[in-house]
Amino acid sequence: MRKLTSALMTAVVALMAFTAVLALLLIVGDLIAKGASSIDWAFFTKSPVPAGETGGGVANAIVGTGIIVGLAALIGLPIGIGAGLFLAEYGSGRLGFLVRFIADVLNGTPSIVIGIFAWTWMVKPVGRFSALAGSGALAILMIPMIARTTEEMVRLVPHSLREAALALGYPRWRTSLRVVARTALGGIVTGCLVGIARVAGETAPLLFTALGNLNFTTNVAQPMQTLSLQIYVYATGPFDEWHRMAWAAALVLMALVLVLALVARWVTRQRYGRVR
Amino acid sequence: MAASANVRLRLETVRLTALFTRTAAVREVSILFPAHTVTAIIGPSGCGKSTFLRCLNRMHELSEGGWVTGKVLLDEVDIYASDVNPIQLRRRIGMVFQRPTPFPTMSIYDNVAAGLRVNGRRPRGEMDEAVERALRQAALWDEAKDRLHASALELSGGQQQRLCIARAIAPQPEILLLDEPTASLDPAGTQRIEELCHELKRLYTIVIVTHNLQQAARVSDYTAFFYMGGLVEVGRTHELFTTPRVEQTEQYITGRFG
Repeated sequence: MRKLTSALMTAVVALMAFTAVLALLLIVGDLIAKGASSIDWAFFTKSPVPAGETGGGVANAIVGTGIIVGLAALIGLPIGIGAGLFLAEYGSGRLGFLVRFIADVLNGTPSIVIGIFAWTWMVKPVGRFSALAGSGALAILMIPMIARTTEEMVRLVPHSLREAALALGYPRWRTSLRVVARTALGGIVTGCLVGIARVAGETAPLLFTALGNLNFTTNVAQPMQTLSLQIYVYATGPFDEWHRMAWAAALVLMALVLVLALVARWVTRQRYGRVR
Repeated sequence: MAASANVRLRLETVRLTALFTRTAAVREVSILFPAHTVTAIIGPSGCGKSTFLRCLNRMHELSEGGWVTGKVLLDEVDIYASDVNPIQLRRRIGMVFQRPTPFPTMSIYDNVAAGLRVNGRRPRGEMDEAVERALRQAALWDEAKDRLHASALELSGGQQQRLCIARAIAPQPEILLLDEPTASLDPAGTQRIEELCHELKRLYTIVIVTHNLQQAARVSDYTAFFYMGGLVEVGRTHELFTTPRVEQTEQYITGRFG
């Protein structure tokens, strides 16, 4: 009876695990089946053509995603990592509690709300949608995520290392940066990559910030296209050609996120083997 | 302690009490550590010997709720005086912990250099010399010289502990505190560290916490017996082990409690 229960439970758990993996496999499979055929060289090098014509690509969206997400990372990573370090090293007081609480609330805030917030502060006053506002929204999304993972990673560093550095006459800030943060670096980098991958696929906060743009642009003060926005437009449009393009763009976006996740795994393995 | 007058005084505690918030872990301990001697601190687990050691380089106050009363005199200056910078002080008093704590992201070389770099930049050649000297003093040079820039984690446990000793002595401190430095080592590693104690006392004043009585007898000139946070007895090691004055000490060293 005991063995039977055990076998049954193992089967149930295995089934659940399989279901989780199945979802990913189905998504990737579907994307490849419906999107791969539309991907050619022009897809990466050309901007969209007017509706009804065939051909064209999503070069503007790929470059736009790079710019907007890159800029968001530039703003969000230093703040997020700094906040995480603060929480782990000095966050035992009331201020730490407050910051942690706010980060958790922000983490749970729907991204569209953050989009509205960014619109209120970065679009409305200027009177123009811009890539910069989009980056701002994504940065706000990233900061709490990265702060919390950084905190977790830094907390994993054994207390004895901290003490060893302090006993050598390291000031506390130097202990935090040179010894503790460096030891946790692998984990922090992984957290950052995962955070970037998360926001790379965001659509809602970009709808009323970066807005989208059918033309190729690198001007961050102007509306800019991203892959996610492109998918949104193409997928909800009336043309079959657009639908195919949406599948292809989704495949590219998925691949991008997958690559980021793989790099994150690789970094983890490189660094983590060494942390004791 | 009956330190003879011709031994230059280095370190002394005066009615030192160490507390965690309201609980005293060490009570009113007064000991003298003469220069260039090894003093062993022995006692059962939880007797406050580690806490006492951590008061000597002001590490105790970094523990949650840790604070002290009384004095610790280093060359007759109270290290707890308000004008003493604890960070500067810790560069004069090296410490080695129970478990080896090499910095995992640094090479062997960088580990040894860590304590020197925190004191300011110095020319490359001078740094190389200082690192070699420290590694030689810690008896690790021969094993490490061909892989100075390899990760410190490639060393064995015993080697890592000697690396930590090298790191602690590289800035040429005046006092060396060892907190059960052989607790996680095998007999061979333990023996090397004990031999080191004999070598290093020519250069430094050493205080070693140990729960191994044989070790205390082997390495130390003086032994202090702690019990329940208090200093029970302190004296020349061979006297304390052969003719203890206090009954509690005798009971402990003959293995009847603790």
